[in-house]
Amino acid sequence: MGLATGAYGISFGALSVAAGLDIWQTCVLSLLMFTGGSQFAFIGVIGGGGAGAAALATAALLGVRNALYGLQMAPLLRPRGWRKPAAAHLTIDESTAVALAQPEPAARRAGFWAAGLGVFVFWNLATLGGALLGDLLGDPARWGLDGAAAAAFLALLWPRLKVRQAQAIGVLAAVVAAVLIPVTPAGIPVLAAAAVTAAVAWWQYRPPPHVREATS
Amino acid sequence: MSLWAWVVLAALVCAAFKLAGYLVPAHVLENPRVAHTAAMVTCGLLAALVVTQTFASGTALVIDARLAAVAVAAVALWLRAPFIVVVLLGALAAAGVRALGWG
Repeated sequence: MGLATGAYGISFGALSVAAGLDIWQTCVLSLLMFTGGSQFAFIGVIGGGGAGAAALATAALLGVRNALYGLQMAPLLRPRGWRKPAAAHLTIDESTAVALAQPEPAARRAGFWAAGLGVFVFWNLATLGGALLGDLLGDPARWGLDGAAAAAFLALLWPRLKVRQAQAIGVLAAVVAAVLIPVTPAGIPVLAAAAVTAAVAWWQYRPPPHVREATS
Repeated sequence: MSLWAWVVLAALVCAAFKLAGYLVPAHVLENPRVAHTAAMVTCGLLAALVVTQTFASGTALVIDARLAAVAVAAVALWLRAPFIVVVLLGALAAAGVRALGWG
């Protein structure tokens, strides 16, 4: 996992500098935001010429899922005092997945902290390395870094497309974004696609049979 | 506002969402409809970002070397390549297509 995180962090650092952030802004994102999807989204909107507010809104929307992870982790970890903000900061895809993959509560807690701290260290070191590398490379288009950014988003999306409904939502969001690119300022197509997605997902939701029985 | 201000503000908002999971009473977010919508919004956002990163040039739709990058990335993902390989192949494809004088 450390190796995968390192590779992912190097991509982020290099692409962030290519998007127009400086090395320190890139490092602050990895230290303070510390949630890969939102960080990629933030630099993607900025790199595409979008406004800061649009970049913030896109990053925030992608960060909502971390609140749901925290909800699952809170009763397991029961953090007190300074451990509460620490646990919250380390609540990301990887730490939640590792915790939930363990059979025993003690192993789940250990898995959460080990994965969270490990990813935090590797992610930030790799970000700095990637940012320095991106700074050395210079012209991003010559090295295909704009293509790498598009490939990175596809790689982030891919594992979430296993469910048929997610595929339909993905196609819908892609069409909304494509239609809006020529007629709205940069950054707006992605936010509009998110709004349409949220509305459709909310109204189309049908509880699975066992949930329906329990609530009726 | 400067880019620095947006960087810090966006980071704080994302950190606040994480903390909210530990501070908000469970029943507020436990609703399966909310969880479903949040998961779908993540998919929708990423799909929209793939489109803008591939086809948007400012506010114009263009087809250039980035499309080759995404096509190669899709094949690599289909073959279960790891993240870094997908990203590197994407960069190689875009740079290669440009070196040939297209896009």
